Amino acid sequence: MKRFDYIRPASIDEALAAWNPGAAWLGGGTNLVDLMKTGAVQPDTVIDVTRLPGLDRIEWGADGSLRIGAMVRNADLADDPEVARRLPMVAEALLAGASGQLRNAATVGGNLMQHTRCNYFETPQAACNRRDPGTGCDARDGENANLAVLGWSEACIATNPSDFCVPLAALDAVVEVQGPEGKREIAIADFHSLPGDTPERRTALEPGELILAVRLPAAAADFAGHARYLKVRERTSYAFALVSAAAALRMEGDRIAEARLALGAVAAKPWRVAEAEALLAGQAPDPHLFARAAGAALTGAAPSGDNSWKIDLARRTAARALAMAATGAPARMPALPASPFGEPAGDHVHA
Amino acid sequence: MPDTLVQPVRFGSNSGQPVTRRDGIAKVTGAATFAADNQPAGLLHAVYLPATIARGRVTHLDVAAAEAHPGVVQIITPADRPPLDGDPSAKPTPFSFRIDVLQDDTVRYAGQPIALVLGETLEAATEGARLLAPRYAAETARTALDDETPFAFEPAGFGLPAGAEHGDVAGGHAAATQAVDVTYETAAQYHNAMETHAVVAAWEGDHLTLDMPSQALAMSCGAYAYFFGIPAENVTLRSPYLGGGFGSKAFTTGPQVLAILAARMTGRPVKLSLTRQQMFGPVGHRGATRQRLRLGADVAAALTVIDHESIAATSSFDDFVEPAANASQGLYSAQALRAAHRAVRLDVGTPGPMRAPGEASGSAALECAMDELAQEAGIDPLEFRLRNYAETEPGTGKPYSSKALRQCYDQAAERFGWAGRPLAPRQMRDEAGLLVGWGMGTALFPAPMFAAEARATLRPDGSALVETSAADMGQGAWTALAQIAADSLGLPLDRVEFRAGHSDLPDAGVAGGSGHTATAGTALHAAGGDVIRQLGEIAAADEASPLHGAGNAGFVARDGRLCVAGDEERSEAFADILARAGGAALIGNGSGSRAPEDAERWAMNAHGAVFAEVKVDPDLCQMRVTRLVGAFAAGRIINPKLAESQLMGGMIWGTSFALHEEARHDRHTGRIVNADFAGYHIAVNADVQGLEVITVHEDDPHVNALGIKGVGEIGVTGTVGAIANAIWHATGTRVRRFPIRVRDLLEAGSPVG
Repeated sequence: MKRFDYIRPASIDEALAAWNPGAAWLGGGTNLVDLMKTGAVQPDTVIDVTRLPGLDRIEWGADGSLRIGAMVRNADLADDPEVARRLPMVAEALLAGASGQLRNAATVGGNLMQHTRCNYFETPQAACNRRDPGTGCDARDGENANLAVLGWSEACIATNPSDFCVPLAALDAVVEVQGPEGKREIAIADFHSLPGDTPERRTALEPGELILAVRLPAAAADFAGHARYLKVRERTSYAFALVSAAAALRMEGDRIAEARLALGAVAAKPWRVAEAEALLAGQAPDPHLFARAAGAALTGAAPSGDNSWKIDLARRTAARALAMAATGAPARMPALPASPFGEPAGDHVHA
Repeated sequence: MPDTLVQPVRFGSNSGQPVTRRDGIAKVTGAATFAADNQPAGLLHAVYLPATIARGRVTHLDVAAAEAHPGVVQIITPADRPPLDGDPSAKPTPFSFRIDVLQDDTVRYAGQPIALVLGETLEAATEGARLLAPRYAAETARTALDDETPFAFEPAGFGLPAGAEHGDVAGGHAAATQAVDVTYETAAQYHNAMETHAVVAAWEGDHLTLDMPSQALAMSCGAYAYFFGIPAENVTLRSPYLGGGFGSKAFTTGPQVLAILAARMTGRPVKLSLTRQQMFGPVGHRGATRQRLRLGADVAAALTVIDHESIAATSSFDDFVEPAANASQGLYSAQALRAAHRAVRLDVGTPGPMRAPGEASGSAALECAMDELAQEAGIDPLEFRLRNYAETEPGTGKPYSSKALRQCYDQAAERFGWAGRPLAPRQMRDEAGLLVGWGMGTALFPAPMFAAEARATLRPDGSALVETSAADMGQGAWTALAQIAADSLGLPLDRVEFRAGHSDLPDAGVAGGSGHTATAGTALHAAGGDVIRQLGEIAAADEASPLHGAGNAGFVARDGRLCVAGDEERSEAFADILARAGGAALIGNGSGSRAPEDAERWAMNAHGAVFAEVKVDPDLCQMRVTRLVGAFAAGRIINPKLAESQLMGGMIWGTSFALHEEARHDRHTGRIVNADFAGYHIAVNADVQGLEVITVHEDDPHVNALGIKGVGEIGVTGTVGAIANAIWHATGTRVRRFPIRVRDLLEAGSPVG
């Protein structure tokens, strides 16, 4: 890989001061380092922020909100009993991602910042507007069966591969960042960008801004009893989603008071549709209702290539996730988190 | 894991015992030295630049930029690559392929080496390769079976398989009262051993030393000697451990030859180790196939014809045509049989043997077609196979050397609980509402032998050294072969030092074709027997020995003592016999191969039956294999623990074949877009839920003196079809391509709920 400077700042101020336009923040490195090896990403400076003090905490506010430091490891967050109790689909999504070894390394901030797994982005020899603006998009006429069916543009049909970000989107997470201009907050809905004509602008982060934490409002825990993450994939573990869905219901009696629904792996950002949620509010849980809501969630979906099948699958996945949420979050994490196979008899934990 | 193995009869004191692999601790603690672990002084690191297009020419390499990078020592391109002594397009051994070693600027497949960079560090060489920033004159690549016209070819042995025709095929079609005519496709698959291909090459004058994983040490030495113009005995190849091979490490590859060349050019040792991504190109793969199967049966559901045509992909410049259609020839008692192969030239690396070459893809299609015909006939798939059970080899009429397939069917069906399976699909659900399906397939793999030699040395202290250049790919040869050797010498295992994996040792042939234990084992058995024979002659002639004069009675060796056959009280310790004879060691030699007349007379195969249960989500179409039960009859089992592991590994491989493995090409450049373990899926632990192996006892006096058939590959066969058939049984959807994907069930209109 290209030679680069490695800096390990001791404080956030030092980190921000070290930033330059050719720099990249280094968290667990589970995505960035791979891309540096292929040459898809070639930073001049790598600023290792994993040792910054204070970013590795999971803190519950007096009001019931949660603040997750950007350098909390995915495994630590997933294994936190309070997180699993109050925000079960967050834990389930984390455990559905990658492998135990990768989750030990990967960080919360890094998860938000991970790149698409579109092979044409990862391969420097391919034309990719997201990687090299203006070069074109080889994926459009290439192997695109797993690429976007929502929110894509002629310039880019990449998907966001994160599991974790899908429930974050459903639960109105807020991203705390700090940059040269000081601190600010970005709603998760605004954090990841749809490609439009500028697919290279993948997040709302300004140059030099660093993620400090992700916050979940207290209201996120109101869904604890009826929240599920569902991930469909070809193999049972260690695979990116074909399609995933986070579904959460706040029940009042036998009625849905409020619903949240977000889809993963269908667009360049977690896909949340207010209209689908509005359809559910005030209604009694029912398969037909879920099917209608799922249909609404896919409004505007269109194949970007050889992937019309994903639209059908996403609809089915959304409806199922809602049904699973209506059934209720399981008392303990299934042996196969986020899997339609859940907890097969005699199975071992295979997250 | 339940103790599922039926223990075979105990043979001797070592063979038949479930001895734990002797190299296991060394491997899990990191003490085992694999090729790339070697770090000789003065080492240079070599990294090759792989082409990112599949067809065209390299028009520019920025050599200056790469050379300017700190730590880069030298760049080798087609423009300045020194000549080899042997032609890279020649095939110096019976089993070899044309290799790519920068002979010109043509690109023939993605992943082909187009330049070699030598660096003082791996990082410098890697960055040097990146800085070469190749430019191409690219042509549209041909990577799909439809991209070229299939052609017929003259059979020419390895790589160009003969077909077969027996009986009246047209008549068989005409006589059928029920028939299927179905076409199945299998995807290109790439062997991905845990250890990627690697070499550390060092020259001293015209002597070449190689640390390199090899499934065929002597053959490899001969090939490298050819390319570098030296006698084969000037090549020393050390291959003590392999992290898997699966067929891909039996052949000379271009990258390894380039590293050897670089070592000769620079006068320094050179290490080259492929990245995972580089495994998808120059080191072989299983070519894609399209197989048409026309099966017919009469009113009694007896097969009238098996007519199997296969088209397989090979490269644009060499021939390896997956012999898929031949998999349907030796199994079911059809009146007429036909196997025909054609090939398609694509811009891919040359395919090669990959675990059960031909048998795996052919069995997948055949077992599904059999299931379709059973469905057509309204007969249970197992019953259909039993009605077409072959008592002699179909077509040839040869007797089987042994065939306990019926017992395999019985025992696996019993263990699985096959009885009561509904004939119609989509009849079973589990408590969670998942669709449940059961399917089965027959497993078959030939029991070949190659040629091997071995040496046994009985030391004065009564211990022994046995030597053969066997290759342990991880299958357990270090252990099973030592067990055979110990029995041949009448010694406990811990009194036998076993040396293998070095080219200076007697040639053990190739670890392939599931024939290594049989072949090298037979040689070791003979070498041990030779020592005991000599020892017997010494003792019988020695007046001071209690065995004096007992030569005509014959001797047996038992626990370090030579005993009179039938009168084992009359015995003497090996060491005592040797001591009186002057204290010198005794050396015996042995060889292993099969007499041609035996090969001609008998049909020799291992057999098995595999039953699969799958669950399928009715809406989401995600599939999971929840149970696999396989029963296998493979002659004498030397080490049940290792054999069970091999068979399990084969069945897991079959799971990957059925549901996961597929190289996907960019249709323009021909580049493989999923050339890593994130994109190229093989089964993970969570994909293997219930897995049971039964070994069915089988005495085979004909395959070889030890009665060994082999277990390395058969587990793949049968399994793929069993899983696909179970998916049909669960869903009612027949997917005729592998791997079977979620989208295949979705697009087939699998109804919701």
